[in-house]
Formats: sequence, structure tokens, C-alpha cells
Amino acid sequence: MYRVNLFQLLQIVSAILIALIIGLIIIFVVSEEPFRAAYYLLFGPLTRIHRSIEWIHMTIPIIFTGLAVSLVFQAKQFNIGAEGQFLVGAAGATFVALHFPPIGGLHILIIALAAMAGGTLWGAVPGLLKARFAANELVSSLMMNFIGFFLALYLVNHYFRDVQAGFMVSYRFPLTAWLPDLTIRPRLHSGIILAVIAVGLIWYFLYRTKWGYEIRMVGMNLKFAEFGGINVQRVVFYVQALSGGVAGLAGAVELMGVHHRFLWTSMPGLGFDGIIVAILARNHPLGLLFAALFIGYLRTAARLMERRTDVAAEVTIIMQAVVILLVTAEAFLQHWQRRRKEREALLDG
Amino acid sequence: MADILQAVLNVGFAFAIIRITTPIAFAALGAIITDLAGTINIALEGIMLQAAFWGVFVSAITQNVWLGLAAGVLSGLSLAAILGYLNLHLKADLIIAGIALNILAAGSTVFFLYVLAGDRGVSVSLRSLVLPSIVLPVIAEIPAIGAIISGHHILTYVAILAVFVLHYLLYKTPFGLRLRAVGEHPVAAQSVGISTVKIKFIALLLSGLLASLGGLFISMGYVSWFSRDMIAGRGFIGLIAAAVAGRSAWRTLGGALIFGTAEALTFVLPIWGIASELTNMFPYVITLIALTIWGRKRIRSGKRQIDNTSGDRKF
Repeated sequence: MYRVNLFQLLQIVSAILIALIIGLIIIFVVSEEPFRAAYYLLFGPLTRIHRSIEWIHMTIPIIFTGLAVSLVFQAKQFNIGAEGQFLVGAAGATFVALHFPPIGGLHILIIALAAMAGGTLWGAVPGLLKARFAANELVSSLMMNFIGFFLALYLVNHYFRDVQAGFMVSYRFPLTAWLPDLTIRPRLHSGIILAVIAVGLIWYFLYRTKWGYEIRMVGMNLKFAEFGGINVQRVVFYVQALSGGVAGLAGAVELMGVHHRFLWTSMPGLGFDGIIVAILARNHPLGLLFAALFIGYLRTAARLMERRTDVAAEVTIIMQAVVILLVTAEAFLQHWQRRRKEREALLDG
Repeated sequence: MADILQAVLNVGFAFAIIRITTPIAFAALGAIITDLAGTINIALEGIMLQAAFWGVFVSAITQNVWLGLAAGVLSGLSLAAILGYLNLHLKADLIIAGIALNILAAGSTVFFLYVLAGDRGVSVSLRSLVLPSIVLPVIAEIPAIGAIISGHHILTYVAILAVFVLHYLLYKTPFGLRLRAVGEHPVAAQSVGISTVKIKFIALLLSGLLASLGGLFISMGYVSWFSRDMIAGRGFIGLIAAAVAGRSAWRTLGGALIFGTAEALTFVLPIWGIASELTNMFPYVITLIALTIWGRKRIRSGKRQIDNTSGDRKF
């Protein structure tokens, strides 16, 4: 099923190391206090308990968006629409949180469902356009990002806006719409449990159900899947819709767990983190957990570094891009792999 | 209705369409070169953004607009070269590498804007320059037409010139023939001694050059500053414009004009009292619709089936 490939692991580890070195070089070139900045970048999230909790909070939405993206990648389809699905999901969650009678327990469930419905709808569009019209899903999902972003802004600005807040945010959610906390001070919300459950469910779905099998088959060999009687059009559609639902749920968890009101006026970039995580984990749900922890760590460290020193957080975006570029470069380190294979062949002989 | 018609049927609106089409046309022309060479440059968006930033920054520092232009083009070319190297030598997935470079450009521009100028997201403290506009002699005197065609930004005229040059380059020169051969049938091209790697690399560089000019137009003409993510999908819209238009520089310009018109309309629609968030969606909705119609047409003609991303793929 899935064996850890030593070479792939080495490739990922060296990609991360190279990115780290590049990040540190940039810091030492631009910063007046490079050692402090490097310290926060490398160890920041571990230095205080509340910072570690910030790390976990940061990781939660990335796990969801990573799962969403990897589902679609498993079918070798593209999806850069998690960002828009996340925002539409969050807007749907905001609507239900503010307009549904606050009944404890039930409220959270319905908010989650509303967010999933919004995300599913947003994911279904590229899926449908691809399945029915062979419209390229890479571009359509990107266009849906912009449309979803403006839709969410429109809804918040015209229907949910708290005019007394001074900046563009929605009204605060009632307490029944808050996820329960696991620890009180510092506060850790229960979204991490939901995220781990989601990882388990998606793993089961992909590797133990007929639907998941169909998705993987379409990804592995489309022609073969077709000959085997799999309805490729249907798979292409439902994998995108399902993925949208997962990304939408991320929006609800983020709002119910952390912010308790809709507050984004620019794209939060969590959908793009999902792409990075999916590539790093090679689309495997369990690997995703670790990849998300890594990217979450980087993001938290970057924020801390930005707050405490003169280095902007975007240095980590540069590092993330370097990681993907190196991980996707097949020939990177291949020389090493070839030599090893030659040696093995000699030994076998 | 009358007020909308009045807003649309006038000289200013036609002028605006040409202005707004310029960056999309640059991106689309870049896309058509790579399309003909059988490759694809997803990083057009990032290249435009990168060029937009370095153009603004260098022009502000040197107070020389041409140095700014050169810096923007160089920065865009270097990104295209990275994409070419990664894809052609290190065998990186073309699409994923392109996405990564877009992320790289989005992050690095914001980062360097903060490091070099101390600005957060918008270049407020940089006194950057804009490239000049040109009043065409004689043509400017013609009523109506003069007001539409003359007085544009220099890069707008470069874009129009680029259509002629590209048409000639792609269809009338040995290089163009080789490039199309590589795109149509790489194995055959290779068998007669054409280096597919070299041709694809050049195609990517040329697309990078054109996209850079599109990005520079936005930050040094359309507006006179840099702000984060200011390209706002125009690189991708250019890709679609080229795909919808088909394999000709002229038709590509036509495709770009459709999307330019759609974007120009977003400035007119608020007259009807439509919220700005909704009019902002308009160009993206149009792109989505165009993509759908085009895909449907291709299915009917039997050219296109549902694919997955293993192997080379095209739009």
C-alpha cells in the first residue's frame, strides 16, 4: 500500500535543509539582529507553552486544507481552489452562527454542515466544468478563489458586519458557536481532535472504500480505470466536490475555534499551504499530519520572528517555495540514487 | 439602461478597454509562444508580479525609469529561466513548479518591499516613476479615433508591436518553424536535429519577457505603485485568452480584448448600484464561462477528453 521510500524521505529532508539554509542566509543579509531572528525562526514555537499552542492552532486549518488538496491530487486532478472554498465555507459558517437559534451542541454541528455545504458547492463547480466540459480545473478553481473571496467580502460587508468594531469584521459568534476548549489557560481548542479524526476518515475513505479506490485508480491510470468500468466523469466531479467540503469545514473550525467572527479582508493563504503540505506528504493522509505540523511550525515561527525582530514573516514563504521546487524536481539527488542502485546491483551480482 | 449605454458608447470607454487589455495581452502572447512550443508557463502570474515590483523599486532608487524597466525585465526573465531549468533539467513537474514560483514571487515581493523600503504590502514610501505615454503624430488629430488610439502608455504600443513581431517570428522564420515542430511532434523534431530542450527554454524565456512587460505596465503605467498580489489573476486570464483564441498571435490579441472589455465593464456596472464586491467578480466569471464554452467546443470536435495530469498536458 504505502511504504516509506528512503530516497523520497532523503529528498524531502535535504529540500527542507536547503530551504532552511537559504532562509538563514536571507536573515543574516537583511537583519540587524540576525541571531535573535534565527533563534525565533528555529525554536520560536517551542520557547513558551502558549507559543506551542499557537503552533497547534496554526496547524489545524492546514491539516484540513492539506487533506482537501491531497484528495484531488490522488486522482491526479488539480485544485488550487481550497483558498476560496475555505472562505466560502467560513462565510456559510458565519451566516448560520449569527442567524440560527443558539442551541448548545446542535449549533456547532449545523455551522459545520453549512460550511461544508458552501465549500462543496465551490468545489463542485470546477469538478462539474471538468467532468462535463473538460474545462481545465487548475484555472477554474483559481477563478473560483477570486469569486469566492469577493462573495465572502460582500456577504460580510452587507449582512454580517459589526459596524461598531471599527474595521471590517462580522458580529461576534454566540458562545454556543464556540468549539469547546481542551485546556483553559493558555487556551487550546478542540479543533485538533477534529483534524485528527478527519485524517483517519479520509485515510479510510481512500484506502478502504470503493469510492476511494476509484479516485486512486483514476489517478494511477485513467485509461485502465475507464476499461475497468469506473465512471471517470463521476469521479472527477465528486472528488472535487468532496475536497471542497473538507476545505469549507476548515473555515468553520478556524472561526469556531480561534476567531469567533469572520475577520479576513485578504486571502489568508491557508489553501496554498494545503497545496504545499499535500506535495510534501505525497498526498498520503498520515504523512500530511507531519507535513502540516512542519508548515504550521514555520508559520508560527515566522509570525513570532516578525513580532519580535525586524525580519518580515514572508521569508518563510520563500522557504516554502524552495521546498516544493526541490521536492518536485525529480532529477534532484538522482545522481545519488543511481549510484546506490549500481552498488546494490553489484552486491546482488 | 440609457446611462449604461452612455457610459459604454463613448471614446473614453474604448480608450479604457485598450488600456486594460494591455497587461492581459502581454500575458496571452507569452502563453501562445509556450503553447506552440508544447510547454506551458503557469508562472506568468508570478513573473508579472516580480517584474512589477523590481521595476517600481529600481526606478525609485535610481530615479531612472529605463533602469526600472530593465530591472523588471531581468527579474522576470530570471524567474522564467528558473522554471526552464527546473522543468527541463531537473525534470520538475511543470505545473507544480509554476505554482511554486507564483508562491515564491508573492512572498519575495512582499518580503523585499518590507526589507528594502520598510513598507507593508504597498509601496507608499517609494517615489517610483511611470513609463511615458505617447501622443501619435497625425493620428491624434483624427476626431474620435485619435482620442481612442493615441496617447497610450508606451508599453501599450509595444504590445501591439509585439503581435506583429510574434506573428512574423512564429510563422515566417526558421526559428518559428522549429518551435512549432517541437510543439507538434517533439520526436520528429528531435530526429532532424532540433534540440527540444533548447527551443522550449527559449520559448519560456520569451514568455517571461512578455509577461514582465505586462507586469511593468501595471505598476509603472496603469498605476504608479506596487502593492501585494496586484496582478490579481491577470497572468492566468492571459493563459485562458490564449487558449480560447487558438494558435495565432492575432487571434490571441482578440481573445485578450474580450477579457479586457469584461474588466473595463466592472468600472461601469456600479452605475446600476451593484456593490463593488460583486462587480469585482465579473472578469473571473467571464473567464470561467469562456473556459467552459471553449472546453465544450473542443469536446464536440473530438479533440479533447477528460485527462489526468500524468504526462504532458495542455490547456
